[in-house]
Amino acid sequence: MTVAIDVAKISLTYGKVSVLKDVSFTVNPGEFFVIIGPNGSGKTSLIKSIAGIEKPQHGRIDIMGRPLSGYGRKALARKVALVPQTAPADFPFTVAETVLMGRAPHLGLLGLESESDLKIVRQVMVFTGVAELADRKIEHLSGGERQRAFVARAVCQSSDIILLDEPTASLDLAYQARLMDLMEALKNDRGATIVMVSHDVNLAALYADRLLLLKDGQIMSQGRPADVLTYETLEKVYGCTLLVDQSPLGDFPRVTLVPGKFNPFAGSG
Amino acid sequence: MTARPNKLLLRMAVVSAILLVTLVAALLMGLSLGSTHAGFDAIVKTLRGHNSSDPMLRAIVWHIRLPRVLLAALVGAALSAGGLVFQALLRNPLAEPYILGISGGSAIGAIIGIILGFSRFPGVTVMAFAGSMCTLILVMIISSGQSILKKDSLLLAGVMVNAFCSAVIMFLLSITQDARLHNIIFWLMGDMSMTDLKQVGILSAILIPGFILIFCLSHAMNLLLMGREMAMSMGLRLKTITVTLLVATSFMVSATVSHCGLIGFVGLVIPHLLRMVLGPDHRVLVPACILGGGAYMVFCDLLARTLPQQGEMPVGVITALIGAPLFIVLLKRSNR
Repeated sequence: MTVAIDVAKISLTYGKVSVLKDVSFTVNPGEFFVIIGPNGSGKTSLIKSIAGIEKPQHGRIDIMGRPLSGYGRKALARKVALVPQTAPADFPFTVAETVLMGRAPHLGLLGLESESDLKIVRQVMVFTGVAELADRKIEHLSGGERQRAFVARAVCQSSDIILLDEPTASLDLAYQARLMDLMEALKNDRGATIVMVSHDVNLAALYADRLLLLKDGQIMSQGRPADVLTYETLEKVYGCTLLVDQSPLGDFPRVTLVPGKFNPFAGSG
Repeated sequence: MTARPNKLLLRMAVVSAILLVTLVAALLMGLSLGSTHAGFDAIVKTLRGHNSSDPMLRAIVWHIRLPRVLLAALVGAALSAGGLVFQALLRNPLAEPYILGISGGSAIGAIIGIILGFSRFPGVTVMAFAGSMCTLILVMIISSGQSILKKDSLLLAGVMVNAFCSAVIMFLLSITQDARLHNIIFWLMGDMSMTDLKQVGILSAILIPGFILIFCLSHAMNLLLMGREMAMSMGLRLKTITVTLLVATSFMVSATVSHCGLIGFVGLVIPHLLRMVLGPDHRVLVPACILGGGAYMVFCDLLARTLPQQGEMPVGVITALIGAPLFIVLLKRSNR
């Protein structure tokens, strides 16, 4: 079976700063794969490299068995969709028009869509829960609503792989759950491969098939949530006091932050 | 659903048809009004080559007014489309070739060409294009090549380059002492009076392929508004498209600058007005800006040559007098 994403020994530097060092891992088709790690650990650079936006100086990335560099932009967009961390807030189009733009890699030069494209758009808007926002303009939405519209746009791309960079950051609890459920449904029902960057280790533990833990551009650990989210590993990587036990929901690790002794005013009189 | 394919095509057709009628009406007005008035039917007769028409009117229409209104339409179309392209590329509604110093650079090139005594085409046009490319490259280098779409750095670099260009223009004017000085100053402010059908033909051969190219990239311009990462992830060849649009637009702008100097505000006013009425879809806006910008410029040029009791004024004065206050009103309203 070909793997969906094969990352082999990639290294990426910006100028003199090395952000990814010799990173290798594979993601299987239909897997829910979550990348975690502290701030500045290279998570976003990694996901952008898989999306073909950053070009690692060393190593190679294969997407669905073919080297990333061998894809044209449009062909790659039919395989890989991306929900970036930052999206423009002043986008003047309506939600319906924005979601429709997700069909761009399947359309010709002027982006004239067919009836079947519109059918896909309508379906996606309903099951991503943005149908009621259809005629609102993106620039008039709240951060969470905007995020949902851009996620719907990525789903509409009908790609095998969906990359999401901290998609739950601006969502309330209900929509966090809804987004994660949506991704799981895409995985189970459509065989989509989900790769997500997240800060929320507990959310990751509940949904991920496998986790990748990064620190300073290097892989610290990868595997099933129960294997990665251990007290020893997390404390070493994050450098703070944590409590790891089992979630009351079942066989998932649960990470609790233990308030620390850090006092910014200590010694200032 | 706001964007059914047949609906989109219908909207493009309806908007283009309305603006085309406006453009034709403006052209006819431009042909009939002036120091010698003539009715529309006399104009149409003359254009269709009726021998019965007045030979004097025939000379005025064919040798003076027709080249002039066509030039105005082409220049207005190019400047409006150019403004629209820059606003999409920089994701900034205040962008325009002028703000980036592209026009200033073309003007420097063109003035050097005029001082050296080159003919308008190809000499001055090539010099103007070279000037615009120099400023474009300079702006890119200052804002560091790869971050083409980071709007603040590019805009700031443009402002600096533009200020520098103005200084160089002033310097060139101050060392030009003879009769050419008056010509240069008048041309610089936007002058449509010195043209003939051959020049118009050359200009349209440059601009019309440019219009077609920009229209073909209109959906890409929609995607560009989503920002670098999302646009790329949706299959947009960002660098290729950005460079193609920048070079094509700069070339079009330098062609207009070498013909009739610096004409400001058209590239801001027309895209803004049309966007307010028609919405943000570039597939509708590109043809609308080309036709609407053409009509607007013909109208401005008509004012420039009919308002003064004697002689005429540069059309750049009219576009600035109309454009600047209108722009301030638009700005105030959008801030509310």
